[in-house]
Amino acid sequence: MAELLVEATGVAKSFDGVPALLHGELLLAAGEVHALCGGNGAGKSTFLNILMGLLQRDAGTIRVHGKEVHFKSPSDALAERIAIITQELSPIRDMTVAENIFLGREPRRLPGLVDHVAIVRQARQLLDELHFEVEATRKMSQLSLAQIQLVEIARAISQNARILIMDEPTSAIGEHETLVLFSAIRRLTAGGVGVIYVSHRLEELFELADRYTVFRDGRFVETGPMKTIDRARLVHQIVGHEVAHQRRPANVGQSDAEILLDIQGLSHGKQFQDISMSLKQGDILGIYGLMGSGRSEFLNGVYGIGPRSSGVVTLCGAMLPPLRPKVAIKRGLAMITEDRKDSGLVLGAPIRHNISLSILGRLARLGIVRQGRERALSARMMKHLAVRAASDRLNVGSLSGGNQQKVVIARCLASEPRVLICDEPTRGIDEGAKQEIYQLLRDFAAAGGAVLVCSSEAPELLQLCSRVAIFKKGRLKKFVDAAQSTQKTLLHEASLNDAVQEGEEHVHEQSKHSNGAKPGLVASYG
Amino acid sequence: MNSPSIRTAPSPALSQATANLRNILQNQGILIAFILLCVVLSMSSEFFLTWNNWTNIIRQTAINGILAIGVTFVILAGGIDLSVASVMALCGAVAASFSTTASESFIGLVVIAGLATGLTAGLVNGFLVAYLRIPAFVATLGMLSVARGLTFIYTDGRPISNLSKPFLWFGNGTILNIPVPIVALAVVFAVCWFTLRHTVFGRHVYAVGGSERAAITNGVNTRRVTALTYAISGALAAFAGIILTARSTAALPQAGVAYELDAIAAVVIGGTSLAGGRGTLIGTLFGALIIGTINNGLDLLGISSYYQQVVKGSIIVGAVLLDVSRRR
Repeated sequence: MAELLVEATGVAKSFDGVPALLHGELLLAAGEVHALCGGNGAGKSTFLNILMGLLQRDAGTIRVHGKEVHFKSPSDALAERIAIITQELSPIRDMTVAENIFLGREPRRLPGLVDHVAIVRQARQLLDELHFEVEATRKMSQLSLAQIQLVEIARAISQNARILIMDEPTSAIGEHETLVLFSAIRRLTAGGVGVIYVSHRLEELFELADRYTVFRDGRFVETGPMKTIDRARLVHQIVGHEVAHQRRPANVGQSDAEILLDIQGLSHGKQFQDISMSLKQGDILGIYGLMGSGRSEFLNGVYGIGPRSSGVVTLCGAMLPPLRPKVAIKRGLAMITEDRKDSGLVLGAPIRHNISLSILGRLARLGIVRQGRERALSARMMKHLAVRAASDRLNVGSLSGGNQQKVVIARCLASEPRVLICDEPTRGIDEGAKQEIYQLLRDFAAAGGAVLVCSSEAPELLQLCSRVAIFKKGRLKKFVDAAQSTQKTLLHEASLNDAVQEGEEHVHEQSKHSNGAKPGLVASYG
Repeated sequence: MNSPSIRTAPSPALSQATANLRNILQNQGILIAFILLCVVLSMSSEFFLTWNNWTNIIRQTAINGILAIGVTFVILAGGIDLSVASVMALCGAVAASFSTTASESFIGLVVIAGLATGLTAGLVNGFLVAYLRIPAFVATLGMLSVARGLTFIYTDGRPISNLSKPFLWFGNGTILNIPVPIVALAVVFAVCWFTLRHTVFGRHVYAVGGSERAAITNGVNTRRVTALTYAISGALAAFAGIILTARSTAALPQAGVAYELDAIAAVVIGGTSLAGGRGTLIGTLFGALIIGTINNGLDLLGISSYYQQVVKGSIIVGAVLLDVSRRR
């Protein structure tokens, strides 16, 4: 076997007593692409964050290049030649490719004077060696996402990185840009670099990876050569045993129920295209899709905090204008957004003020908030949702994740909505709080409301919903009946390459570029 | 394992005591600083604790206090207003010119002319920041220059004097033996305190400053709220301008140069976070009082105004340092 770059065993990490990773294990050899697989909550991110020095482990050993390491920061990790490439890496957009590559390590002419000629020369040399077709003097803002990733890789290589961690690098880039990225990765591994590759797109793993490691529920499950496993077995290992969930009974006798939310042909650019669905009283409709499938953009567009360019949203018989969340709330829509800390709550404000925020107008007379009513509302909601806090005057930021999410739901319910939109309603909260939230959503639907819930956790949707809409690349691919589906079928549907049509497109693209130098690099910028 | 919903320290009694102490130091820090300042000054100067001196301090604080209250709205909503002093001078000049031409009984018109000028300037700021998305620092820096320039153009660079008697009352009159500027400060404070604490608008100001995206999710018209904070700041600057002009018995084109710094300093010393969303008007009031007291005290001690600037600047930086460390 080739030289081992990373040997990690028994790595564990807990947050406030809640374990996120119980036993992480991974062996990365030089020259291989190693797929790290696992569902949400499997502990992948925690493991990678420890490896990158963003978190410190509670237990276990990590050896890099044969010696045990305790990274305190990402720069410690970089010193041991570990670098990470993600979508979120934000280059300095107004600087050139060359300047970004050598940021902080600019070649000098005299002390304090940057040698601009040398920067460009060295950057060109590096990009040529890597066969990356990116012009060193271009501004980052003119590059496509895939090219930005190539620049980030070049930057990592220029810092002598031998271990690259790539977290969902293809989630936002197109088909042939992916090919460019893959050929770049193969060249790097041929030169002895080890790559830890994370992607929900299983096809990619089979195309690219040499070995795989599966985590599930915070534990290492198995590892092996990619050749020895097929797709079905990999999905099985990722999902584990299907948990027998308490399923909600299929909606019986509700065919005459009132349609609450009707969406027809909703589109916005390439983010989501021609999506139609309708929700009746009592419905809990799920949306399942991978990162970059346009699910959040769609929900934001429906509610009005994100753009939509065409299509019609009708709520209880009245049309909702785009980008008017205030109107949506007034007509009976409420939304639990994906990121409660950013767009869900005002963290520095008291619980009470958060609960009442969207309906202050209703609580007020002549613009003056009637404090008694507000206090009563807050007390009622805290009790209804069992928010555990000593007082509703505490800042919401001081609560645990589960209780913060309950405050978000309290705020949503305060406006007495008919339809609730939930984007990842249980992200980052513990199992107990999750079950409480599921029950609240069920009760809401049973009381004559409707819920549209998007989640990247398949079990959650199977447990909650009667139907699940599968999103893929901005399109609603199909509806599946939750009662007849398993986690495997959901993951399968959402990640499957539409072999026939896309295969054809693929060949077409290839031939189109075959007379040019490299496929993909002619691709659309931006 | 049961994770506690609220973070609690290991020893309840001890942590309670330290939490209380910390709470007092953090929330009443301004009050403590103010008292300390007064103790030091009263030991250094026999005049400091006299009735006359205090009326003087508060009267001097009134103008800065009114400006600072307006700026508090803007900063709470996550913005900044650098233009208040220039707007104040412009409005003072406009009101003064109306006062010299209109008859004495039209004092209402004079005040309205001044306030309307300030409101307009504030609305322009608000429009630039909230609707055209120009950074607040740049938009109001522009207004700082434009309003000052307009003041010189309007006055032709000369003072406007011969103000009418009712106009002068705003600076030198009394209500129930209390100087009008002090009453004005008290009224402005009370109305604004109520607005921030009890009205829907006030609560939206805090929400927009605390998290603009959360405010949008909750259907708050963040642009309108933001624009209105600048309008309030402009209108209050106008009110301060009328009082300042009346007190100096003439509208001077160069009146109140750099007053915006004292106003922002008062807000910051008062514990309002420059990031928005956190702060109180009572803090701003004490911030203004502290600045007034420092100015007065250093005068009494015969320290030159050059040193006063150094002391004031250090205090502003110290106050922000406190704010930063408070947020860990």
